[in-house]
Amino acid sequence: MWDYVKLVVLGVIAVCAAIAANYARDLAYMVNAIEVMLAAGIVFLYTLRTMGEYRAVDQGEYLDSVVRAGAIATAFWGVVGFLVGVVIAFQLAFPSLNFEWAQPFLNFGRLRPLHTSAVIFAFGGNALIMSSFYVVQRTSAARLFGGNLAWFVFWGYQLVIVLAATGYVLGATQAQEYAEPVWYVDIWLTIVWVAYLVVFAGTVMKRKEPHIYVANWFYLSMILTVAMLHLGNNLAIPVSIFGSAEITVFSGVQSAMVQWWYGHNAVGFFLTAGFLGMMYYFVPKQAEKPVFSYKLSIIHFWALIFLYIWAGPHHLHYTALPDWASTLGMVFSVILWMPSWGGMINGLMTLSGAWDKLRTDPIIRMMVVSVGFYGMSTFEGPMMSIKAVNSLSHYTDWTIGHVHSGALGWNGMITFGVLYFLVPRLWNREGLYSLKLVSWHFWLATIGIVLYASSMWVTGIMEGLMWREVDANGFLVNAFADTVAAKFPMYVVRGMGGVMFLAGAIIMCYNLWMTVRAQPAKAGVGSAIPAE
Amino acid sequence: METYSFLRFVADSWALLVLTLVFLGVILWVVRPGSRRLHEDAAGSIFRNDTKPAGDSHRGKMEA
Repeated sequence: MWDYVKLVVLGVIAVCAAIAANYARDLAYMVNAIEVMLAAGIVFLYTLRTMGEYRAVDQGEYLDSVVRAGAIATAFWGVVGFLVGVVIAFQLAFPSLNFEWAQPFLNFGRLRPLHTSAVIFAFGGNALIMSSFYVVQRTSAARLFGGNLAWFVFWGYQLVIVLAATGYVLGATQAQEYAEPVWYVDIWLTIVWVAYLVVFAGTVMKRKEPHIYVANWFYLSMILTVAMLHLGNNLAIPVSIFGSAEITVFSGVQSAMVQWWYGHNAVGFFLTAGFLGMMYYFVPKQAEKPVFSYKLSIIHFWALIFLYIWAGPHHLHYTALPDWASTLGMVFSVILWMPSWGGMINGLMTLSGAWDKLRTDPIIRMMVVSVGFYGMSTFEGPMMSIKAVNSLSHYTDWTIGHVHSGALGWNGMITFGVLYFLVPRLWNREGLYSLKLVSWHFWLATIGIVLYASSMWVTGIMEGLMWREVDANGFLVNAFADTVAAKFPMYVVRGMGGVMFLAGAIIMCYNLWMTVRAQPAKAGVGSAIPAE
Repeated sequence: METYSFLRFVADSWALLVLTLVFLGVILWVVRPGSRRLHEDAAGSIFRNDTKPAGDSHRGKMEA
């Protein structure tokens, strides 16, 4: 009966999407509608083919197949996102790479949101969903709640990524940083995200452990806060239901404030709280020691939650935003330094008594460097939020360097560590194919980040100083184009750093692939895993 | 009083006080006497149930 309902719903969606494609008012909307039609059609056929089959659900096993799919998606979108990042880095250094024949689709302006969304939401988002499904099952000692709802979350989320990515290239955007997807993608993401919350919270509720482990608190805060931010910042009215254009309900400084309330908390809850959930599970697991201080981890959690939500206004210093709001953002950003470093110390000190593992275990080395970068960028961030520093750093490449030391160093490295931890366990293999390749990845990625961050410090401070330089009569000394010309060498260095980081990620994919393909299966433990 | 001024007043007086007290309460709750055993059990929970969910008889029980 349930299968018939599914078929009807999917058929209606496919027909409606076909009609929408026919009446489409712009190219991006038409392509998106065709994608929805194809997706609904494929799921329709799959449902039809598997109808009536008896599917045993063993409550005595964890649902790990969806975690395996998530690990593959994380690695795949990671490489895609890094590759687009390298392309746009070189487009900035060599503008002729904005090829004439590819206009307007592949210019910097359209590829840049593709890069940011691919790394944050496709790579980072898949890493969060995948690892949270793994962690919540182990720490709750219960199979994922909701049966195949977890699979709906996985495929629904991939559809969000594909719709958003093709939309950007074809010109659909709501022009809000990190919230570029247009209204119908936002609605679909809301549905998927609610399903994610149901799966996660349902699993926590049917847990067999008395306590909710701290990693789950971080993951749950990520899911709830992202839902709130997403709904708040995407309040918009479509111009037509057959077009991607829309009008945001806020305007002027209110719109800017809501946007950066969203933008900063996307960093705070998506890229920080969620990834701290990973840190609190995988670092102790890899170190084979419980976390340094469980009390500190609870205080870390609540302090982060209480403080982060107020820090957004520091993105709007010296704008039309009232002075008190920008001061409030600055003060909370500076206070936020404390819980951030509390968390970093907690992560690092987990290794106390096992420091020798840094020498022998490249995975723990990766995790430790990632926690180190977390500490570094959560020191740099509060410093840059101080108005006097911000007057120099804002609108310069320093900001881009800061974001990347956090994103590549903290989010990237911890995710790589998690993938190296998970793949042998998920596919039931003896161990990784090659630890030497992990070391290669580690050094390529680390040196790549150092090149990236240091070149952006130099060019950011340089252009900040050039912009504010005035002569004896009070005239500006430099034209904007002068700073662009002066930045060229640093842009090339940044691009090279990106190439190294990308090369490391490709080595990781090869290593993980060979782990699944060529490593012998672990004998006698766990369950049989079908060949895939 | 207009809505803006009213909300502004509530936010930087009573709401601020309540949130600060809740936060201090959380810290006191964390360091309360007798919490150590619970926290050690929770910290060690990641090393249990690695390959299989726990059976129904385990529900809500702490490791001795």
